[in-house]
Amino acid sequence: MLPTKLLKASTFRLTLAYLALFCISAGVLFGFVYVASSTNMERQTEETITAEINGILDQYRLRGLGGLRNTIAARAAAKPDRASIYLLVDRTDRIMAGNIDRWPEGQDKDESYFHFLIETGEDGDGEPTFHRAIARGFLLQNNARLLVGRDIEERLASQAALLNTLLIGGGIMIVLGVAGGLVMSRWMLGRLDDVNRATTRIMMGDLTQRFVAKGSGDEFDELARNLNRMLDRIERLLAGMRQVTDNVAHDLRTPLNRLRSRIEVALMDEQSDESRELLEATVRDADSLIQTFNAILSIARAESGEQQAEFEPFSLREMAQDVTELYEPLGEERSITVHLRAQADAVVVGNRHLVAQALANLVDNAIKYGAEGGHVLVEVRTRPVPMLVVTDDGPGIPAEMRERALERFVRLDPERSTPGNGLGLSLVAAVARLHEARLQLEDAKPGLRVSIAFPSLPERGAQLTRQEVRSLA
Amino acid sequence: MRILVIEDDKDAAQYMAKGLVESGHGADVAHTGKDGLLMAAANGYDVLIVDRMLPGLDGLSLVKTLRATGNHTPVLFLSALGEVTDRVKGLRAGGDDYLVKPYAFSELLARVETLARRGSTASDTPETVLRYGDLMMDLLGRRVERAGKEIDLQPREFRLLETLMRHAGQVMTRTMLLEKVWDYRFDPQTNVIDVHISRLRHKIDRGFSYPMIHTVRGAGYSLRVADKAS
Repeated sequence: MLPTKLLKASTFRLTLAYLALFCISAGVLFGFVYVASSTNMERQTEETITAEINGILDQYRLRGLGGLRNTIAARAAAKPDRASIYLLVDRTDRIMAGNIDRWPEGQDKDESYFHFLIETGEDGDGEPTFHRAIARGFLLQNNARLLVGRDIEERLASQAALLNTLLIGGGIMIVLGVAGGLVMSRWMLGRLDDVNRATTRIMMGDLTQRFVAKGSGDEFDELARNLNRMLDRIERLLAGMRQVTDNVAHDLRTPLNRLRSRIEVALMDEQSDESRELLEATVRDADSLIQTFNAILSIARAESGEQQAEFEPFSLREMAQDVTELYEPLGEERSITVHLRAQADAVVVGNRHLVAQALANLVDNAIKYGAEGGHVLVEVRTRPVPMLVVTDDGPGIPAEMRERALERFVRLDPERSTPGNGLGLSLVAAVARLHEARLQLEDAKPGLRVSIAFPSLPERGAQLTRQEVRSLA
Repeated sequence: MRILVIEDDKDAAQYMAKGLVESGHGADVAHTGKDGLLMAAANGYDVLIVDRMLPGLDGLSLVKTLRATGNHTPVLFLSALGEVTDRVKGLRAGGDDYLVKPYAFSELLARVETLARRGSTASDTPETVLRYGDLMMDLLGRRVERAGKEIDLQPREFRLLETLMRHAGQVMTRTMLLEKVWDYRFDPQTNVIDVHISRLRHKIDRGFSYPMIHTVRGAGYSLRVADKAS
């Protein structure tokens, strides 16, 4: 019943450790109580016996054996329940007086305390019942012997009851301790779980996530507040960095535009082949710059989320068909076959052009990095949610690099030998975020599998027919 | 053809006009929306190039006003904003095409020339057969012949050729082709369109006396009968 997580939790282990320490100290304490009380009771019994013996011996010294016999007889008669035990025997062990019928075996000359059993009657089956007793013997003149003792059955029973009580108390303590530990660690774990869940979401890229302070002002609240402050700062820094690239891209577009127009106009006049070539090369460079800036701005726009306002339902299958067909000849040039697998259609609400661009980037990458002569598979899935999946059989991306691959300007090819600006996957990530879709990079063994899982359409949208979709798109 | 450039960035306007003149067109420039509206209304231009952001009267209002007076001169909007919403707004206001800055001049030129041509050749009855050079395209029967020889085309190749034939003699840029043939507006990172063209070229031009699909350097493609190549 206990979740393993709870058992693994450090708070729970700490509770167990405290419980163990508590048990040990309580055990020592209880043990001391038990030993002290039982020795105390034993000493009391012995003192009583000693006092009685002293009284009896006084009688003996005053009135001799005969007087002693009368005293014993009187006392024995006074205690028929044999709470006190008396026995006076002559040298032939014949009973002279007392309330037990024979001298206990094995106790002849010793004058110390000894334990023995006395018969107290019969139980229901006719078996004799016994009580435990303690007594002390004395050797008198003429080898007569005196025994004075007490029935300690009751005392032992109460001692056993004490032990029982202590053990039950200990048991209750352990149960309460474990329960308390569980409750406490579950509470602590609950707070930590909140923090962990939020952290996971943040690591998945949702920097807007914040921790909730419960308002109790405890350490957890302080932790939450500190983490939130840290996140605010990270978010500001990241936003600042993005803002800088976006601004640079935006501000440089105008001069770049003029630069390009100027070269183009110059190209119209220029007739010398050498200058033409130089100018054309310059135009190509300007174009690749413009393309990079445009990609940054597309990402920035997608990330701003403003485009959600113009979302429309469109058919994922038709879009995937178009893109597959668009890239199929390009794959053929590298002897890569581009397949489409789309059994059922899925309708998603979004920006058809942006999703097409994202898929195009993925297919483009798959063709670029896929194994020559291999296959690229584009899939449209409907279950569990509308999904686009692109799988290649190239070298793939090592697990630890996948996150980085989505960052802007990151190119996993250290020599940067393949063409590209390192923004392709960033745009895919931005488009996925804009559509609240989940982008995942996985190992296709071999190769890379990239999937974009769109949120399921609400009921109404799911009921749109193809025609409605087409008329809306 | 005569083109009016309404653009407040004087430098950009100047280069645009120069480029248009170099390409054999007449170009006038207006720097404010008000001037532009007056000039566009007074003189019959073939195409207007209108910046969205203009001092005084903005581009959208300018075109709306123009359309309200019954002027149907084709309009190409220019904008530093690239949002699809802006594009949709521009087209709703009466614009015919939309180009986002930074653009290649060749792209601008190709689009302007396509717009002007459309303005002049728009016919009421839809054609069923397209003819250009020795190419014949039967739109109803989905058949293509060159010099009487039937050519087998895939559906997309058919649409690609149809687009080139409808704009025969004009330059079609890669983005224009992606827009018209595939109906997508985005910037393909690689030469996907080129590969499709080279496939089509293989079927249309191979084994015939002269090539018809021409590559226009730095711009795009053009379907032309030989000799007219620059």
